[in-house]
Amino acid sequence: MASQIIFIILCLAGIALFSLNARKVIRNIKLGKPESRNDQPAKRWLTMLKVAFGQTKMAARPIPFLLHLVVYLGFVIINIEVLEIMIDGIFGTHRVFAGLGGLYNFLIGSFELLALGVWLGCAIFLIRRNVLKLKRFSGVEMKSWPKSDANYILITEILLMTAFLLMNAADAKLQALGQAHYINAGAFPVSAWLQGLLPADAGSLVMIERICWWFHIVGIFAFLNYLPYSKHFHILFAFPNTYFSNLEPKGEFTNMASVTNEVKAMLDPAFVPLEAAPGKFGAKDINDLSWINLMNAYTCTECGRCTSVCPANITGKLLSPRKIMMDTRDRMEEVGKNVDKHGIDHQDGKALLDDYITREEIWACTSCNACTEACPINIDPLAIIVELRRFAIMEESNAPSSINAMLGNVENNGAPWKYAPADRFNWVEGS
Amino acid sequence: MEFKVPTMAELMAMGEEPEILFWVGCAGSYDERAQKITRDICKILHHVGIKYAVLGTEESCTGDPAKRAGNEFLFQMQAMTNIEVLNGYNIKKIVTGCPHCFNTIKNEYPGLGGTYEVIHHSQLIQDLINEGKLKAEGGESFKGKKITFHDPCYLGRGNNVYEAPRKALEVLDAQLVEMKRCKSNGLCCGAGGAQMFKEPERGDKDINIERIEEALATQPQVIAAGCPFCMTMLSDGVKLKDKEQEIKVLDIAEITARANGL
Repeated sequence: MASQIIFIILCLAGIALFSLNARKVIRNIKLGKPESRNDQPAKRWLTMLKVAFGQTKMAARPIPFLLHLVVYLGFVIINIEVLEIMIDGIFGTHRVFAGLGGLYNFLIGSFELLALGVWLGCAIFLIRRNVLKLKRFSGVEMKSWPKSDANYILITEILLMTAFLLMNAADAKLQALGQAHYINAGAFPVSAWLQGLLPADAGSLVMIERICWWFHIVGIFAFLNYLPYSKHFHILFAFPNTYFSNLEPKGEFTNMASVTNEVKAMLDPAFVPLEAAPGKFGAKDINDLSWINLMNAYTCTECGRCTSVCPANITGKLLSPRKIMMDTRDRMEEVGKNVDKHGIDHQDGKALLDDYITREEIWACTSCNACTEACPINIDPLAIIVELRRFAIMEESNAPSSINAMLGNVENNGAPWKYAPADRFNWVEGS
Repeated sequence: MEFKVPTMAELMAMGEEPEILFWVGCAGSYDERAQKITRDICKILHHVGIKYAVLGTEESCTGDPAKRAGNEFLFQMQAMTNIEVLNGYNIKKIVTGCPHCFNTIKNEYPGLGGTYEVIHHSQLIQDLINEGKLKAEGGESFKGKKITFHDPCYLGRGNNVYEAPRKALEVLDAQLVEMKRCKSNGLCCGAGGAQMFKEPERGDKDINIERIEEALATQPQVIAAGCPFCMTMLSDGVKLKDKEQEIKVLDIAEITARANGL
């Protein structure tokens, strides 16, 4: 009875803490400006199903695709087991679904095979990161916390799977010993191999079984509460993030409605804009970005596919699209903490531009869209870069001098070079 | 040129309308290398007998480089002025000689009141081949030559046009070789996002050198391009690698014109 009460308190605490943190994350995302992406719902659902659920964009790199697929399927499917753990935990039952008979055996057997797959997958991921040291996982932004974060996640998953398998091994042994409570149920194709490692007496076995059971469920709640602090948030955010993907051609940049009003008023003095001009053009800080840019930042799992295909990064420039997303998230968290401590209007004198992302980075972008194409869950670093450029140009007139010269030429000559408009048709003279 | 290139103003004066407007673009108008491509596009249009026209001195920058640099004001000023001209001439269909103009007019003008059917010149060539109006005969033979195509970002990833330029090359009976990074994985030439007009940020290498090394690895006789800015970057790369004698950098339109003896 006591353990049931502890279990229920633990579950409630785990869920309460997560919802508290999740609310903060949603509040942080809402620090961004509104942007409507509710058009074409059918196409949006389809994109989510294909890209997030079906992981179609992962397939571009077959080895990580397969490894990730195993871990993903394992993670999702083994969590069906959590339902049973929850019921058992609350009502003090044991393997409450055992009545399903053959189906139950099939399920448990499959979970075990998947658990082995997850275990091996995570082990290989650890080797790729720490032994093979794949280039994609290094870079200026991948020091300290981001580096440890990835390792913590992988080690936790390995521990969770180990606990799950050891629990089954102990359970099966107890079943064989004919212990009351441990009814005969389940198939154990993997954990059968672990039975030899366990002691023979029922007392120790019960203890191991219980420790692993508790570790598994406590671990899952701990993991859930780790998500808001981790890059691993993508397991939840991948779905809304792909739903709210940009469905327009990648080459298309948004037309700023606020600018349209001003330009129309300039060209036609009789034009009266419908809405007032905004406070600022472009983005200096996270509040100037849209909520979709900010959701993108929470969704990023720092895999580095974007950076590994970025022409600027490949040729040794400072720009790394992954860093753009990580900086945006870090700054958003900082602003969020300021809001918690000092209220919504607090200014800390810092901003995303300059304090996190430098001018050198934003001006190195070729807007080639390699990063957005590479992202397995449709994150758009380019959209943020463009907003920062818009701020630099339209609010500060602060651009590299050659860019200013180009803009001056467009304005005065209708071409980015210093040629006379009257000479525009001279090409026809050649042969 | 051996024939007259009609302008919209002239056609309008005669009370006529063209089937298609050829939007030349700034590079195509002023850059010496790109001017050749412009003339070749005209030769193709003339050869197949499509009724076309250009804007001549009435054309102005689409605003693309201003928009990519972040100057939305200047972009929209350019766009609205151009839309006024285009709508004034009742333009329905446009072919561009540049993927940047193509992307801007096709995707960004509709929201500002300019809606047209817009194609890139590689798509025009593809259509003409499909309709049987254009072949590869009567001119230089590209048979068996090794050609690699560099995907312009704003044609490929930007607008998912990968097959049209390849179709124009397939008809040559040439040996089409792909670079390691091609189509949706294509590597930028380094000119996009207004980079064309500034010095690159500090780094280990220029992007066009990275790209040209990849192109050279396919041991091509011709590097095919579909964008005047890629043309500049790739030609510079070939020059720097001292391969000008062996390797030609040619636009899809130039290759088509040569193959047809235009």
